[in-house]
Amino acid sequence: MAFLTLDKVTHHYFSSTGYTKALDNISFSVKEGEFVALLGPSGCGKSTVLSIISGIMKQTAGNVFLEQKPITESKMAIGYMLQQDYLFPWKTIENNVLLGPAINRTLTSETKETAQELLEEVGLPGVADKYPSSLSGGMRQRAALVRTLINDPKILLLDEPFSALDYQTKLKLEDLVSKLLKTYQKTAVLVTHDIGEAIAMSDRIIVMDANPGTIASVFDVPIELRDEQPFLVRRHPKYQLLFDRIWNELDQKDTHVTSSQEVQTDERE
Amino acid sequence: MKENKSDKQLFQSYKNGIKREKKIVFAWQIAILLVFFTVWEVATRMYWIDPLIFSSPSRVFTVIVERLSDGSLFSHVQVTLIETIIGFLVGTLSGIILATMLWSSQRFSDIADPYIVVMNAMPKVALGPIIIVAIGPGYLAIITMGAIISVIVTTLVVFSAFREIDPNYEKVMRSFGATKWQLFKEAVFPAALPAMISTLKVNVGLSWVGVIVGEFLVSKQGLGYLIIYGFQVFDFSLVMSSLVLIAIFAAIMYKVVEKLEKWLIKHSR
Repeated sequence: MAFLTLDKVTHHYFSSTGYTKALDNISFSVKEGEFVALLGPSGCGKSTVLSIISGIMKQTAGNVFLEQKPITESKMAIGYMLQQDYLFPWKTIENNVLLGPAINRTLTSETKETAQELLEEVGLPGVADKYPSSLSGGMRQRAALVRTLINDPKILLLDEPFSALDYQTKLKLEDLVSKLLKTYQKTAVLVTHDIGEAIAMSDRIIVMDANPGTIASVFDVPIELRDEQPFLVRRHPKYQLLFDRIWNELDQKDTHVTSSQEVQTDERE
Repeated sequence: MKENKSDKQLFQSYKNGIKREKKIVFAWQIAILLVFFTVWEVATRMYWIDPLIFSSPSRVFTVIVERLSDGSLFSHVQVTLIETIIGFLVGTLSGIILATMLWSSQRFSDIADPYIVVMNAMPKVALGPIIIVAIGPGYLAIITMGAIISVIVTTLVVFSAFREIDPNYEKVMRSFGATKWQLFKEAVFPAALPAMISTLKVNVGLSWVGVIVGEFLVSKQGLGYLIIYGFQVFDFSLVMSSLVLIAIFAAIMYKVVEKLEKWLIKHSR
């Protein structure tokens, strides 16, 4: 049964000089515990999809349902991870991690213990009293992951969370995130432009097309790859096959996107 | 071992270099001060400049010592200092409060925009007579002058700092379901703190301007009053003494605010 459903979602960005159709008729659904990747060139509206799912942005047409209820009615269902950690530099790691509970006034000594355990689980013991500036990029992103997980979100939205990291750190974090999501049985939507990352981490890959953002095609990741660690997926023989298929799909798009109109503006004058 | 020693020696000579540079700068500063006072003293004694108008360091010194020993100077200094400090605090705090109000409502800030532009462009000391008539010629009017002169600048600087916060922090807060007030308290206000602190230094100087002009107009007590009084009875030694005292106390206040700034920055990080 569908856990998260997007039904004919369309979104426009308006400005005083015109408008841009960022998304056109996006429909897909995600099952509980499933990991879906949105893959596409920059500017195809991938991040907009996440903002709409999270409720930060309101779509101009269409509906988003979480467990058959409109997304706006469910509180605290969403965990969001961004390209950078966006830890608050004036808060200690512990206070950063406990931001969600503090905002929702559910902060107890139990949550504090959970925070401590989660920090240890992601390999960050003994940093609770440190400030973000004294941590490396990878450590900070792991702290940001804990900040998201502590709220026990029903869905995790990952907006290119590994793109600002160096390659080695990125591979390690992919493994960690994938492991944690499996242990806690989380549903996740990952936005990325990295084909390898999409294959390594997800169960299903939705390839998007730009101007306006539409769904171009959907690839199911072979079952052998789904249960494997992201690092090992990259060595699997089937990995390269899927990679090539997706590459061809994107490559075709590339040639036809450049010939089409980039930005739409209105016919005011 | 040998290498270790030479490392230390290099470090030692580096430190000595810094110390020597500091000493040179300090020696120059003292030299300029001495030369200034000596030239001033000599010039008036030799009648190169009119001692009646420009007084002389020795006379200024005598006036300050005389007026200190009979206690009349103390109350004037005290009045001006208290007025300046209160004016500074009231101006800065109301500026921050106004900026908060502007931030809290986009519509309000749009509506208020032209009025703020006009008030910012307006030379605030020109309002002096109106303020004195409205509030009455007393401390309150002078404090108002000291405050009003810095309030709009503070509002503008702090408001723009509030708006410059990275929208991704807002995204993080919104994904946790934070209210607008929580967003302000946890993210926007602390992020704008450095900008607020930097307005403190500017405001100290501005408050002195407001208070001295206020004392010119009200003419009852204070260093501004002494300047006007000395001017009216043609006692320029008194005028110069007041100026010297203002310079000393304004510099002390500036240094105190600077220390406060350093402390705040250290403790807000």
